[in-house]
Amino acid sequence: MSVPAGLRFLDSHEWHKLDGNIVTVGVSRFAIDELTDVTYVDLPCKDNTVAAGDTIGEIESVKATSDIYTGVSGKVIEVNEAAIEDPAVVNNDPFGEGWLVKIELSDPAELDKLLDSKAYEAKFPAE
Amino acid sequence: MPNRTPFYSFHQEHHAKLVDYAGWEMPLHYGSIIDEHHNVRTGAGIFDVSHMGRVKFSGRHARRFIEHVFTRRVTDMKAKSCRYGFVCNEAGGVLDDVIVYRFDDHFLMVCNAANREKLLAHFQSLVGEMSVKIEDQTESTGMVALQGPRVMEMIGKFSSEVPTLKRYAFTTKNLLILKLVISRTGYTGEDGVEVILPAKMTGMAIKLLLRDSGDLQVKPAGLGCRDSLRLEAGMPLYGHELTESIDPISAGLNFGVTLDKDKTEEGQPEIPRFIGQDALEKIAAEGPTRKLVGLKLEGRRTPRQHMNVMHGDQAVGEVTSGCLSPTLGYPIAMAYVDNAQAAVGTNLTIDFGKQTVAAEIVPLPFYKHS
Repeated sequence: MSVPAGLRFLDSHEWHKLDGNIVTVGVSRFAIDELTDVTYVDLPCKDNTVAAGDTIGEIESVKATSDIYTGVSGKVIEVNEAAIEDPAVVNNDPFGEGWLVKIELSDPAELDKLLDSKAYEAKFPAE
Repeated sequence: MPNRTPFYSFHQEHHAKLVDYAGWEMPLHYGSIIDEHHNVRTGAGIFDVSHMGRVKFSGRHARRFIEHVFTRRVTDMKAKSCRYGFVCNEAGGVLDDVIVYRFDDHFLMVCNAANREKLLAHFQSLVGEMSVKIEDQTESTGMVALQGPRVMEMIGKFSSEVPTLKRYAFTTKNLLILKLVISRTGYTGEDGVEVILPAKMTGMAIKLLLRDSGDLQVKPAGLGCRDSLRLEAGMPLYGHELTESIDPISAGLNFGVTLDKDKTEEGQPEIPRFIGQDALEKIAAEGPTRKLVGLKLEGRRTPRQHMNVMHGDQAVGEVTSGCLSPTLGYPIAMAYVDNAQAAVGTNLTIDFGKQTVAAEIVPLPFYKHS
């Protein structure tokens, strides 16, 4: 299985992982494979307040530029500086080292509106 | 259902990411576009370019016909040489950029995949009374490009002749039943060859090649890096730097147009005027109003086709292609810019929508192999 269990997804391919009241957001392997080599990542500033559905950054590849959305509201408490420094980490490990931002949740119920891992993988099966 | 090239199973074996390109199922990459790019700059890469159109012209009036549709002179070409140029419309707009191969008794034109049907229809409409046979050999043949600084080393194991070929010369080889056309041409800015071979023989040929390449490690390379390689080398791509509403003089590709080619020379047969010649003569005399330039950008963002090039708050041009150059490590772009702002060293900006990025006009090509 190429999609780790226990994640929540937007249709626009962002994954969300809950740990306590902190949600880590990244972009799925499926989306990264479509984008090809990632060359640039733009992320929000720490302490920014974001709302579910907001654009929180941009990801650029050799092929295309794409907005990054959040499926949850809250405060940005950390951004992945390593991914900004060397975007290849997003290609190499999109569900792990290639995470993008951590958000302190303001409304846990928002996560329930997102696709679970199984539903996401059924909708976007790996090749 | 897109067409498949004779190398389809090769792509599958090498885990290609396949995409539809001009109606062909082509490899975008085999893992990483950037890795493949570096491999072509430092070693040797093999590209399937079978999607390119291959059209044969034979018959009593083949020479005259090509002179009529092509912007460069072919009458003085020696057999076994190639020439790059354009097929234009009456307004001088580019219908396609092509390479013409001259054989002893016929010509071959290699054109862009997306323009093949259009060109075939264009040519058919022009045959008239001329005795010329036009054969589309795209599907009965395959074509590969071997590109990179170590390619000649590898080819030397098969042939002592090929490494002695001049750029834009070609030779034909008959290896048992395998008939090859090998030209010292390419679209990457590296040394290398392009090989045309019968479609049925591609499987055998590629096995021979990869087996005998030994530790040189010829690695497959996809269309993704073909684009970034040609961009670093300042080469135009149809649909980006060239379209039917762009003429080759404005594109700065004057070397691909011989405006006086119909001037008769001692001992040479008569050369007809070519389609678009009147318009191109006028554009050349008046001088084009804009120029194709190279831009070096600050930061790490990738400029894309159609982004505006700005001088202050005034749009003075448009990006045609861009990438974060894997070889140079900074973003580069080609763009059409108004003459007044097109000098090397001019500082401009690129409009990325939410932000603008500083850019400087630099000479083309961005990269030249040593």
